[in-house]
Amino acid sequence: MDSPSPPAVLRVERLAKSFGDLQAVDGVSFHVAPGEIVGLVGPNGAGKTTTINMILGVLEPSAGRIEIEGVDLAVDRSRALSSTNFAAVYAPLPGNLTVEQNLRVFGMLYAVDNLSARVERLLAVYDLLRYRRTKAGLLSSGEQTRLSLAKAMLNRPRLLLLDEPTASIDPSNARDIRAGIAKFVDSGHCGVLWTSHNMYEVQAVCDRVLFLSHGRIVLEGDPKTLPEEHGAASLDDLFVNVAQEALHAGGAT
Amino acid sequence: MNRSRVGAIVLRILYLYRGSPQRVFPIFVFVAVDIVLWGFLTRYLNSVSRADFNFVPALLGAVLLWDFLTRVMQQLTMALFEDVWTRNFLNFFATPLRVSEYLAGLLIVAVTTSLLSLVAMLALAQIAFGLSFFAYGVALAPFLMVLFVTGIALGVTASALVLRLGPASEWLIWPIPMLISPFAGVFYPIAVLPRWMQAVAMVLPPSYVFEGMRAVVAGNPPPWDRLAIGGGLALVYLVLACLFFFAVYRSVIRTGLIARYSAETVS
Repeated sequence: MDSPSPPAVLRVERLAKSFGDLQAVDGVSFHVAPGEIVGLVGPNGAGKTTTINMILGVLEPSAGRIEIEGVDLAVDRSRALSSTNFAAVYAPLPGNLTVEQNLRVFGMLYAVDNLSARVERLLAVYDLLRYRRTKAGLLSSGEQTRLSLAKAMLNRPRLLLLDEPTASIDPSNARDIRAGIAKFVDSGHCGVLWTSHNMYEVQAVCDRVLFLSHGRIVLEGDPKTLPEEHGAASLDDLFVNVAQEALHAGGAT
Repeated sequence: MNRSRVGAIVLRILYLYRGSPQRVFPIFVFVAVDIVLWGFLTRYLNSVSRADFNFVPALLGAVLLWDFLTRVMQQLTMALFEDVWTRNFLNFFATPLRVSEYLAGLLIVAVTTSLLSLVAMLALAQIAFGLSFFAYGVALAPFLMVLFVTGIALGVTASALVLRLGPASEWLIWPIPMLISPFAGVFYPIAVLPRWMQAVAMVLPPSYVFEGMRAVVAGNPPPWDRLAIGGGLALVYLVLACLFFFAVYRSVIRTGLIARYSAETVS
């Protein structure tokens, strides 16, 4: 007998957001299970960041529902976000605080138990010990990304949102970071929603991928088998095909 | 209200002050410059005036109290600007932090730093110019409290404007105390104002404080009934300012403005 599947860490139902006449996100539904990495890909302006912002509670949906760990974000935002965290290239941590100060402030925001020990552990894991007294604004973009990821792990999130987490990191560091996140997720504790324009990365890391275009999910499946299923040579090619099809469809309306 | 989250907001500002003398500087130095400038001016006026009138408590006291109100407002707004300048709203508001907790953190910072300013001003006024507010005893407390609440209400309103209009609104909010001061009767009795300005003064809590202070300096008992009106008005403005701030926050969450401070544009 199959054991019942664990409840999703993130459940998004008919999520929509419009800005005037522009429908940025148009009735999107998906879920992320514990131990799963879901890729959210699509061309610029497809609605990826708008979707993530709504899940982070910094943008109110026009319609739909977001549940994190079974908690409706619209009903109890604070409780829902206590088990969530994120890292994004466009949201660097305050540059006028040191690495350690940033981790302490955000650790308090997430009410992390035994914060000092947690900060020390993350400084070591993300190779930031020697920068602990360095202002975050003085770090290289790769080091800032590592700091953002360390911040994202502070509260041992059940849902982790990563918006192009390796965009500014060299290939060697990017591989280490991907491996680190995959290991964290393998424990089955956490589910990840991962946006990226790097299809190699999506194929290497994600268990499932959602193609977003014009605010809608137009394709969904296993990134390793999807290209073949749709007659494309690679995920890169499939991405280009989907983007162009959506562009033509958009142009025809 | 979660104490850890409020504490995080306070700690962030504390870290900034600890590592940055240029942030500590204005808490003490600008107010000290004001006290020295007006202290000597009042001494000069005392020496050339034939009237049997002591300008020190009337003018220097007014400057001290007005600086206190201005500082409360500025400290609160400056704390918010730290998050504007570092494009930090997305980072903060994507955590469990509630907007009321964020505002509470800013208030604690503003209260602490403006009280430090007040102590510096009182000490300097006493040592350099012999103006002892302590001579008025606890009677001074309600006057300060009305200015304090008014300063917070102005700071919260200014912060809401920054949240709604963005960093460029800096130029709009700094002159707010200056715009109010002619109506508040800081340096002169309200009676010398034209009738329409008197009408405006009636709805400004500081005008009741400065009228009351002049009465006390002239040797009359504090006009508690008038001060109560000023206090009531200040509380009403504080409630309205907080409601305005929460409404603006809801609006920037609805429109996505708060994320646009750092994320790619959403429209």
